[in-house]
Amino acid sequence: MPVTVKTFGTSGEAAAALSSERDARYLGGGTLVMRALNEGDVSVSTIVRATDRALAQLDATGSRITIGAGVTFARVLAERSLGFLHPVAGSIGGPAVRNMGTIGGNLFAPAPFGDFAVALLALDASVAVQGAYGARDMPIEEFLSGRSRQADGLVLSASFQRPLSDDAFRYRKIARVRPKGAAVVTLAVHVPSSGGRAVGVRIALGAMASTPVRAKAAERTLEGHTLDAASIAAAVAAAADGTAPVDDALASAWYRREVVGVHLRRLLTGQA
Amino acid sequence: MAKTALQFRHNSRDVAVFVDGGANLLTTLRELVGDMTPKFGCGQGGCGACTVLIDGDAHLACLTLAETVAGRAVETLDGLKDGPNLHPLQRAFMEHFAAQCGYCTPGMLMAAKALLDRNPSPTRDEVVNAIAGNICRCTGYEPIIDAVLAAASGGMRGLHGPEHVPSPHMSPRTF
Ligand SMILES: Cc1cc2nc3c(=O)[nH]c(=O)nc-3n(C[C@H](O)[C@H](O)[C@H](O)COP(=O)(O)OP(=O)(O)OC[C@H]3O[C@@H](n4cnc5c(N)ncnc54)[C@H](O)[C@@H]3O)c2cc1C
Ligand code: FES
Ligand code: FES
Repeated sequence: MPVTVKTFGTSGEAAAALSSERDARYLGGGTLVMRALNEGDVSVSTIVRATDRALAQLDATGSRITIGAGVTFARVLAERSLGFLHPVAGSIGGPAVRNMGTIGGNLFAPAPFGDFAVALLALDASVAVQGAYGARDMPIEEFLSGRSRQADGLVLSASFQRPLSDDAFRYRKIARVRPKGAAVVTLAVHVPSSGGRAVGVRIALGAMASTPVRAKAAERTLEGHTLDAASIAAAVAAAADGTAPVDDALASAWYRREVVGVHLRRLLTGQA
Repeated sequence: MAKTALQFRHNSRDVAVFVDGGANLLTTLRELVGDMTPKFGCGQGGCGACTVLIDGDAHLACLTLAETVAGRAVETLDGLKDGPNLHPLQRAFMEHFAAQCGYCTPGMLMAAKALLDRNPSPTRDEVVNAIAGNICRCTGYEPIIDAVLAAASGGMRGLHGPEHVPSPHMSPRTF
């Protein structure tokens, strides 16, 4: 069924259209929206686009990094100063999906998708959202937990502190088909250390709930400790606490709970 | 519902069509432009049979909102050959038996072209990555990977050699 496509020059106008029209859907790279349309999803009657260049801006020069919602994974891969995010962007889809899919769309991608959002969650990103009455920054955790309600706002960008060392941020995605495949489970950890002890530990998991979630029990076992056999064993034991994975064609919920700790151990000990 | 006028470059030629709201680039190319080389496999981004280049980058035509290519350059397999001369990739695909049923071939060729345009001497891993979004149910991929590597290493030589003038039934139009 044909839909109405509305294209706006500014993100403000696009945000206003999204919040005022029922059944309006924003089009980022379209890899999920077009899929729904091709499938005959009648819940979408209006497609909203914004050609605002600000949405495609990427600022990775300083210690605070800002990635516009319209930035594609291919753009991230082409940005040398974002090397620590290359394993993340490179793990998503094949080359065509990486040329099309955006960071903004990834924040809304349902499990088992959302690999980039897992990384942003581990980096404690804040998400700038433009609503009908102006823009505001919100912590990514809050954004993800109320995600269904955010759909009438327009995400402008995500920003976060650059990890102090390349080793402080680690990422691992388990897929059945390589090099391209959706996640059995995705893990991103950020373990900043101070005087040999971990401070501000973040462990984010994908495909372990309907949105990316933090493994807070596992984070607590590492916080303030050195990464040694004992603290890692405690984190591994707590890895699946509070998660709610589902059975899908890739893995059962049981399997996901079983393996998440195995992969967390490998990630924390630096094993391949 | 009102249609929208859309102009873009299609294999170095300007085209203008009227599209329905929400139409994707694949149906636009096949039904309005008349270019049957991009294939419909799934309409879900999963198979890569519809791969085309937009401003030189591989995109899935089935997941591209047609209106987003306004003013941009779309390349499909139909524009790959140079007059009667097949592209080195097409020749290499023939020589390495990289097509069986041929349904994946247009997408494979375009994904491979996107790679070679940017990286003329890729490693085997880079070839595997470049075609990772393209499914082939026939060949087992090895002949395709070999063909892309062969086109990369020697393919540019003899592009216009007389020995390679294809017979009409081998024209890429028949894919
Ligand atoms: C073959 C294939 C393989 C894939 N593999 C992966 C994978 O490995 N990992 C993965 O994570 N994902 C994967 N995906 C899913 C998808 O491509 C990505 O999640 C991508 O990041 C979605 O972004 P998009 O810009 O294409 O989203 P769109 O389809 O444009 O949008 C998705 C949703 O987000 C909303 N949205 C988008 N941008 C904004 C914004 N700025 N503000 C408000 N709302 C917005 C849209 O309204 C829509 O509801 C795959 C998809 C396909 C087709
Ligand atoms: S038809 Fe486009 S990916 Fe299958
Ligand atoms: S040759 Fe048949 S699908 Fe590839």
